[in-house]
Amino acid sequence: MTGTLPELFCQWFAAQGWEPRAHQLAMLDAARAGDSVLLIAPTGGGKTLAGFLPSLVALTETPSVRLHTLYISPLKALATDIARNLMRPVEDMALPIRVETRTGDTPANRRARQKERPPQLLLTTPESLAVLLSLADAPEFFASLSCVIMDEVHALAGTKRGDQLALGVSRLRTLAPGLRTVGLSATVAHPAEIAAFTGATRTIAVADGAPPSIAMMLPEGELSWAGHMGLEAAPQIMARIAASGMTIVFVNTRAQAELMFQALWKINDATLPIALHHGSLELEQRRKVEAAMSAGRLRAVVATSSLDLGIDWGGVDQVIQVGAPKGVSRLLQRVGRSNHRMDEASRAILVPANRFEVLECEAAIVGVGARELDGDPPRPGGLDVLAQHLLGLACSAPFLPDDVYAEVTTAAPYAALSRKDFGDVLTYVENGGYALTAYEQWRKLFRDSEGRLHVRSARIAAQHRMNIGTIVEAPLLKVKLVAGRSRIGKILGELEEYFAGLLRPGDTFMFAGRLLKFIQIHEMAVECQEGGTGDPMVPAYEGGRMPLTTNLADGVRLLLQRPTEWDVMPEQIRDWLRMQRAVSRLPGRNDLLVETFPRTDRWYLVAYCFEGRNAHQTLGMLVTKRMERLGMAPLGFVATDYVLGVWSAQEPHDIARLFDEDMLGDDLEDWLAESSMLRRTFRNVAVIAGLISRNHPGGEKTRKAVTVNADLIYNVLRQHQPDHILLRATRADAASGLIDVGRIAGMLARVKGRIVHMVLSRVSPLAIPVLLEIGRESVRTDDNEDALLAEAEAIVAEATGPQGAMAFQWEISA
Amino acid sequence: MSAAPVHVAGERVMLDPAGVLVWPNAGLLAVSDLHLEKGTAFAKRGMLLPPFDTQATLDRLAQSIRRWKPKTVVALGDSFHDREGAARLPAADLARLNAITESCRFVWVLGNHDPTPPSGVGGESVAEFEAGPFVFRHEAIHGARPGEIVGHHHPKAMVPTRGTAVSRPCFVSDSRRIMMPAFGEYTGGLDVRDPAIARLFPRGGRVFLLGRERLFSFALGGPAPTEPATAKLRAYGGSAKPT
Repeated sequence: MTGTLPELFCQWFAAQGWEPRAHQLAMLDAARAGDSVLLIAPTGGGKTLAGFLPSLVALTETPSVRLHTLYISPLKALATDIARNLMRPVEDMALPIRVETRTGDTPANRRARQKERPPQLLLTTPESLAVLLSLADAPEFFASLSCVIMDEVHALAGTKRGDQLALGVSRLRTLAPGLRTVGLSATVAHPAEIAAFTGATRTIAVADGAPPSIAMMLPEGELSWAGHMGLEAAPQIMARIAASGMTIVFVNTRAQAELMFQALWKINDATLPIALHHGSLELEQRRKVEAAMSAGRLRAVVATSSLDLGIDWGGVDQVIQVGAPKGVSRLLQRVGRSNHRMDEASRAILVPANRFEVLECEAAIVGVGARELDGDPPRPGGLDVLAQHLLGLACSAPFLPDDVYAEVTTAAPYAALSRKDFGDVLTYVENGGYALTAYEQWRKLFRDSEGRLHVRSARIAAQHRMNIGTIVEAPLLKVKLVAGRSRIGKILGELEEYFAGLLRPGDTFMFAGRLLKFIQIHEMAVECQEGGTGDPMVPAYEGGRMPLTTNLADGVRLLLQRPTEWDVMPEQIRDWLRMQRAVSRLPGRNDLLVETFPRTDRWYLVAYCFEGRNAHQTLGMLVTKRMERLGMAPLGFVATDYVLGVWSAQEPHDIARLFDEDMLGDDLEDWLAESSMLRRTFRNVAVIAGLISRNHPGGEKTRKAVTVNADLIYNVLRQHQPDHILLRATRADAASGLIDVGRIAGMLARVKGRIVHMVLSRVSPLAIPVLLEIGRESVRTDDNEDALLAEAEAIVAEATGPQGAMAFQWEISA
Repeated sequence: MSAAPVHVAGERVMLDPAGVLVWPNAGLLAVSDLHLEKGTAFAKRGMLLPPFDTQATLDRLAQSIRRWKPKTVVALGDSFHDREGAARLPAADLARLNAITESCRFVWVLGNHDPTPPSGVGGESVAEFEAGPFVFRHEAIHGARPGEIVGHHHPKAMVPTRGTAVSRPCFVSDSRRIMMPAFGEYTGGLDVRDPAIARLFPRGGRVFLLGRERLFSFALGGPAPTEPATAKLRAYGGSAKPT
């Protein structure tokens, strides 16, 4: 086999003390055959080199002065890091190859130089590729392209960034006929879909390395009934950190990261260097932590998914996951962060934060052992991303709609795109696609006599290029640490606007591992100072929680059904489950257990659906609506990843009717119209589709951002043109995202005729956790803001006396 | 929909949750910041927002006028999003607007977005409008005599509620002036805690958030921020060690 590797490369491998691996040679064969290929290999498998090797060999055998290979990574920092790693073989062997990066941070002079004198290997991101493709010289620049390497393709497929990449690659195939595509992926649940995404005709899979060793660690004393933070385990986590070299403590939310960081430092008597890393911290701070990690100057980092992907930190000795892992694939990804070498077992410790999480951790360990990877297959491509892509194409060169339709449907996410949807998206890009033809004179595209579409002006093109990208941040405010009365201060990171709205001067909150006192909001910044007293608040971020995957939920149900496997679980859990079996029953694998019982002056209904929090939230809205109509007077509900709990004034009955599939009809539509989740989704769609610009040419100079509130647009559009393409895109996004209707529909169909209603005289052991969540979780009976305002007003009136309540009657003295 | 009565200088004024102010004894209705043709103003710059904003704003204005049947309507400035806004009105909307301006005395107070009288539209244009104890002007004047009714800032307030916060356009009022919410369909808002608004209400006041059926009333701050406390946090590698 080594025969296929040129002598120069063989020597280089030998000099490193390496043996070319079978999959690296197989990649070389695929390249020689001109095959597009998907390489699936676990972390540490020499995947990146395997991806580049064929291009290095080809460019050595046939030197070229034009662009040969494009490498696309989801991470900007990774592209920079790979440039460094690639440089070594290129320099060691003195290969005639230049490697350069192109990202949003690439300075203008280097961009100009890349145009004049392209590198043979260009490393970039999906966003920068889209920008390159929107330039007039794209056809010339990419004509010589021979290979596209897509790294971490499993993390991109099924996301909007993945949609953008797939569309970009479909364009490249047109510009560079004969282009070979290469996908590099971690082990995934749906290899066929990932291969289709890559456009691969061949898949090379590398067997997994040594199975990871994963253990569960419980806090001392009685196991928590509820809560997600797992702070009680801090002493044991501290002991593990002290006994090991370098530890990553993974948590599930940024709020949990802040709290765990504080909890660890409270008992860090040896002042071990322990840092904090999450997505809301200022980039520069995160880089500092990463650098300290790489340099081996830290003993532990408390991190969220911000460290899930990314460069090989090396030297990580153990991973501790606090709180439920939520999915087998996600757990494997995190576990793989430790011991980045394939032949050695990774070590990880799971720390469940409550009783249900013990079950989930156990099911996850079983899942990891059986390699039961999870995650949903990639969803169809977003129409908002398509809109962005189409305008980008027009910015580069005029096109015929039919040609472009044929081209975009070669991208796997858009393979099933109908001609009508394509046409509607195109019309939206042209003139907004409104029933009222008001914008004839301001249309963005116009058609020439041959039917080709042109962009109307250079200004439209410039504006488009400034707004390329599919990552839309929630409305955020900077957190600024100010000294004294001056406005000058240090930016610590960002908070969501709604949280900032909860703060009153003098309130304290935790952020970036500090205790901060809120002073005021000034020019889109939350100004604060260090210190303060009182009970600090912890910022939460919308959508910060991953829902439980379907596979893992099934694993938990299975575990409940097999008492023989309970032996591995702690005594307290076994007692808990046995008690449940005695007083009620255990949720079955294919049925739906619903318990009802009275408590104090209310009735409770607990449904063990195991469909994840997002789906349970939506189900909660629908079930309470129906209970209202049936006269059961529902008072509120709470949703966890495992169960839905509803309380009402009247006894719930007719349970089968409450959970009938037909609830997904009118009730759902009514609620969706008002739902804040749909508004949030619309905002993202509107920004990606270019309805709302984030940036304007010369915009930085003006005093105020030229922008318009997406909620206002949503209201108007919903009222006047409910079938507009962007509203359709919004509903499609929400159905698989925040409201997760798909999962509810699946469950309701599955349990039809299999609902088991247990009428109990008091709370069952399994229902205790959800009862304890009440008050801890934000309980929302609906999205009715007016009701919330009325309540807030009444509370203020109660607290401040009659003056507050009689606010409407007062004299303005003239 | 129930309006809230407020007594001002011996006159009763109604704050309507629809976002208009009514002075029943004078048969006057005031509305602020209509920003008509904001959609086309954005379209000119390449953002093709749904073009239904003028129509929707006029629908609501006509509704309020039907409800209160005023003799005089005062539009408190920024009635058009820009100088050319009136000229861009689609024929149907122009006809509707003129039907309104002909049905009563219609006063356009000029604003910063529309500093010149709208062309081709009925009604009279003034820099300020005085009536009884009131002066209606677009932008509040610091230290003006009491009785000012103004727009311009698009006040909105954010109220913490269970686990979240609700933000709505609002009236702001103290013993000297009433600041009106923006009425236009695409008008965003400025938080009442922003210094630009807060400095106009130095001794605090009340905010009235617009609701579907009624207003929601809350006190508007006023107290100065507390003194900075000293804190000792030691930074480490981009994070800190709490003491």
